[in-house]
Amino acid sequence: MNTLMDAACIVGIGQTAVCRKPGSGLSQMALQLKAVAAALEDAGLTARDIDGIMPFPNLGRAEAFAASLGCENLRFAATLNLGGAAPVAALRVAAMAVATGSANHVLVPGGWNGYSGARTREIAATDSESIPGAAIARDYYLPYGLSAPPQWYALMAQRHMQEYGTRSEQLGAVAIAMRRHAQLNPDALMHGKPMTMDDYLDSPMISAPYRLLDCCLETDGAAAFIVTSTERARDLRGRAVSIMGAASGQPYPADDIFNRKDFHRIGLTTAAPEAFAMAGVTPAEVDFAQIYDCFTFEVIQQIEEAGFCRRGEGGAFVENGGIELGGRLPVNTHGGLLSQAHLLGLGHVVEAVRQLRGEAGERQVKNAQIGVVTGWGDFGDGSIAILCRGEQR
Amino acid sequence: MTRPLPAMTGLTAQFYEWCSRGELRFQRCSRCATFRHVPRDLCAECGSFDWEWARSSGNGTVFTYTIVARALHPGFADAVPYAAAVIELAEGVRILGNIVDCPPGELRIGMPVRVDFERQSDAVTLPVFRRALTT
Ligand SMILES: [Zn+2]
Repeated sequence: MNTLMDAACIVGIGQTAVCRKPGSGLSQMALQLKAVAAALEDAGLTARDIDGIMPFPNLGRAEAFAASLGCENLRFAATLNLGGAAPVAALRVAAMAVATGSANHVLVPGGWNGYSGARTREIAATDSESIPGAAIARDYYLPYGLSAPPQWYALMAQRHMQEYGTRSEQLGAVAIAMRRHAQLNPDALMHGKPMTMDDYLDSPMISAPYRLLDCCLETDGAAAFIVTSTERARDLRGRAVSIMGAASGQPYPADDIFNRKDFHRIGLTTAAPEAFAMAGVTPAEVDFAQIYDCFTFEVIQQIEEAGFCRRGEGGAFVENGGIELGGRLPVNTHGGLLSQAHLLGLGHVVEAVRQLRGEAGERQVKNAQIGVVTGWGDFGDGSIAILCRGEQR
Repeated sequence: MTRPLPAMTGLTAQFYEWCSRGELRFQRCSRCATFRHVPRDLCAECGSFDWEWARSSGNGTVFTYTIVARALHPGFADAVPYAAAVIELAEGVRILGNIVDCPPGELRIGMPVRVDFERQSDAVTLPVFRRALTT
């Protein structure tokens, strides 16, 4: 089961500028291709070298990427239907592909006009095939007024608050931590816009317990990364980041939030132990975590289910600077979906690589050796990768 | 904009047709007697394809809830604030429904509720829930 350990590396990362108004001015494909070009440049590869592509769900086909870029020998293409958990899950499948020789260099792109294009809630309200649960959501959620992620996830947060005493101020601590990190990231949308607990508590309620400032940003932007085998990575420009362990998982049932025997079990509940076992490390050895922060409670829940603390202790874990730089586990050092931009989870991978290369500038975690990146999607699908500095092992 | 309604096809049509007759019914496995919701073709507990629509007591408690303050679908623009709650019924299944007679500030997890029905169109009646004194 350890065959994937250290078999593959991330060798290139790319990211576009992010914005809301006036919008990127580019098609979603063009926006993604800009990020891909940056990732190729970073890796020292050309598009001809890419023989595997794993597009984000509903954001372009591998064939279109290959034809636009000039990837004449595409051997491997797949899209994982895990919503925001897809990029980190793709990281794992890309590692499988290069470890088995199914591909040499796998490109994972993703990006969208999340602000200037069709907004998520509009898509969710009108296209049941595009949303998790599909017909279940259409027939058993939507008629009762639940059409969008903050509403579904609010039900999960509310139950956790009841069972474990998790408080609004603890959700606010997550939002504030992400915002503080964004002040150290000139590329973050919320750079220069600090937030206080009063700002958080005064923000309008969206779907209780979620306020406006519990919700991620909607932005235009794209990112991409390239995975290759550890052997091939040695021939590249260097600065490779090694994939120590990776796994993905789903809650049960995955297509209906409410009839879960263990209501708090998410994909990460099973994926995290698998990934840590593969990597041969424990959560205590991790220097930072980039956790998919679609909403504040999802950060608390993933911290718990990934094993950084016990279930029910996540609220206390995030308080008093616990997930800020200098705290016990710095989380989303770039500002995350909440304060940097909504790059579909690819921004979390890019930031993890930057931290492990020591290229994170003012927000650098000192002597970062091991980092975790997670993805969350649909009704709680999860993915996780444990990464380390390539040359240190 | 009108509220979105379920697509009246397959097992979902059967579920809501019972609601139109004023009865909340769930699938119950004919082999192991396990209730299930949402409708599915076979029992995930024992693998049996045999089942019947068995009537629910209609009594349950609030398992979790949200108060939607900002409508994210235009069909609910006039409804906010409204309560959407997961109700755990005595039969063990959980179902999403609106609590129609409780001020949002008084809603609590564990609160006993009882099913009622609200006609939405000629074809569709939805189950709703009201506060109950006891379960
Ligand atoms: Zn059965």
